Amino acid sequence: MKISFPYMGTSHIAISYLLSGLGHEVIYPPAPTKKTLSLGVQYAPEFACLPFKILLGTYLEAVEAGADSLVTSGGFGPCRAGYYGELHKRILHDLGYPVEMLVLEPPLRAPVDFYRRVSRLVRPQTSWSNFYRIFRIGWEKLRTLDNLEARLHELRPLTLSQKYLTAAYEQGLEGVRAAQTVDTVKVAGAEAIVEMGNVPLDMTRKPLRIGIIGEIYVVLEPFANHDIEKILGEMGCYIHRSIFLTNWTRDNTLIDGEKDVRASAVPYLNQLVGGHGQNSIGETVRYAENGYDGVIQLAPFTCIPEIVAKSIMPTISRDKGIPVLTLFLDEQTGRAGIETRLEAFLDLLRQKRMQQEAS
Amino acid sequence: MRLCVGDKEKEGDLVRVGIPRTLSFFTYYPLWKPFFEALGAEVVVSPISNKALLDEGVRETVNDACVPIKLFHGHVAALKDRVDILFIPRLVSIDGKVTLCPKFLGLPDMVRCSISGLPEIIESRLDLKKGRFELYRFMFRVGQRITDNKLRIIGAIWRARYSFYCYRKLLLHGFTPLEAFPLLEKGIIPPPKVNNGEIKLAVLGYPYALYDDYVSVNLLKKLEGQGVSVVTPEMVPEQMMKKASKKLPKNLFWYYSNRVVWASIHYLQDKSIDGIIHVTAFGCGPDAMTNKLVELEAKQQGKVPCMSITIDEHTGDAGVDTRVEAFVDLLKRKKGIL
Repeated sequence: MKISFPYMGTSHIAISYLLSGLGHEVIYPPAPTKKTLSLGVQYAPEFACLPFKILLGTYLEAVEAGADSLVTSGGFGPCRAGYYGELHKRILHDLGYPVEMLVLEPPLRAPVDFYRRVSRLVRPQTSWSNFYRIFRIGWEKLRTLDNLEARLHELRPLTLSQKYLTAAYEQGLEGVRAAQTVDTVKVAGAEAIVEMGNVPLDMTRKPLRIGIIGEIYVVLEPFANHDIEKILGEMGCYIHRSIFLTNWTRDNTLIDGEKDVRASAVPYLNQLVGGHGQNSIGETVRYAENGYDGVIQLAPFTCIPEIVAKSIMPTISRDKGIPVLTLFLDEQTGRAGIETRLEAFLDLLRQKRMQQEAS
Repeated sequence: MRLCVGDKEKEGDLVRVGIPRTLSFFTYYPLWKPFFEALGAEVVVSPISNKALLDEGVRETVNDACVPIKLFHGHVAALKDRVDILFIPRLVSIDGKVTLCPKFLGLPDMVRCSISGLPEIIESRLDLKKGRFELYRFMFRVGQRITDNKLRIIGAIWRARYSFYCYRKLLLHGFTPLEAFPLLEKGIIPPPKVNNGEIKLAVLGYPYALYDDYVSVNLLKKLEGQGVSVVTPEMVPEQMMKKASKKLPKNLFWYYSNRVVWASIHYLQDKSIDGIIHVTAFGCGPDAMTNKLVELEAKQQGKVPCMSITIDEHTGDAGVDTRVEAFVDLLKRKKGIL
């Protein structure tokens, strides 16, 4: 199979390793660009959310490059994302691309279906034991990538040389990409962390601490959020991101995690509303309790769960005294607009902090 | 948590229960009204949707919400000073399989956080995934908030059930909810409506968009005036819905959206319709999926003409008029009537 997959943050390093390890020819998905997005916008329903459009554009580009199968994740709602695989397939078929869509449904909800799809990926080329070996390495890669990114967020506001830090981080990514066993992945990760720690730091700075919450795709994919983490880091803020791919996958496929986050949300929203709606509420409460200076909520335009969350946000903000900035992103969103709003928000946070310190 | 209903009754007043005239109103009003009345409460329904209500709703709601949700907030704001208790149940699942749109799931919380000075709210959870009798258990829970008398609650449930049964029958006979409500009051069930329009259109959309004349900009009446006989998802019998659902490789996750898609499949296979109009609200999340599915189905099954009308708080009469007239004329010409 000539196979391709959606692009999300740095996960492509691990996923492409996994697929090529299973003996497939991987058509590397191009990193999303303006062109990808406008391709997606052209064929997607108008009110589908930004991830849908970016993914459709990515698929179209991958199919043009020769892919005949696409792997993606499924779901059972109430968030729309669970239906995206199915609708993408129908749109692609309607456009005359007879691609095979391998939608991996959550294993706990649809075990038979999940098994069937996975064995479709594994069996033609290789054995289950080989799959297990490859999967462990791929998973380790994902975890290491998440760790590197978390470290990057910690160091960005303190560093004296953004350029050197970014270079060290990217070198780390290359190391993880090249590693071929679990141990070498671990070593590559550890080396990169040490290397990033060697960047000259200014420990006297007291960066603003900001929590990032929202819908997973726009939080993880820099193209969708205009690299907001980098913008904030370079403006001197410490970012804590609520979602990392590995935690999320673990909590939502094999075990029913995140219970404590949801428990924090209960006084405000006592109902799962799909996607990350309830998590957004719960995490805002927790950021407030942990003394963060502010929270930024990222969501694609028309994202239903985040709209529910947003309408509840002002109450939390008032109760817990934590400022929240909500950014709804779509194909019209411009980088300059985001920067302006962030600058204004950060100014407010700084003033608030100064007032608190004075009193 | 119980209301001081006893005190109220001593004073000779009835408890006033407020039901907003939108969203699930068109599905469940004939169930709730006799229920609360049999419990000895007075049912107060918000006024028919109008500009003032919508403006009020737009002021109170987050800007990203869809029109029906904004309108709902307007209805709640209009009711809040006139009632003792507001009935905003948290509808999670009403068919036992799928949920409703996430905005329905978070509705009580959204309302509570957006509008101040609200009276007490009944926000019990209705989740039919929990079992067959959950609807009655739910009604029992609600009833206990109004009265202590358990026998009275059971009686009320019984009466409500009968009224709801009649309502469903009226819908299947081809009456729209707005036509059905007065018939229910009189207690008569006329024979199925005979449609003798020149062309037949499936008008698909959610009950709260189709049957609210302010939201749909009088669409149904306009079509009738042009000699079109209209069928809607509410007129499809349950067995047919089930049959249609099997045609989809994967069903959607939302009750009302599923019904729209299934109805479109049903009518398309029937081959009795000349075209489809899909009514959707601006920014409606599930409809982004629904609309595309309906469009693709119509294209696959014999290229049936399909039009979608998007409604928002600025939708004008004239714009919709022009589009509907053009569409109907086109279909008539295709049939050789014009």
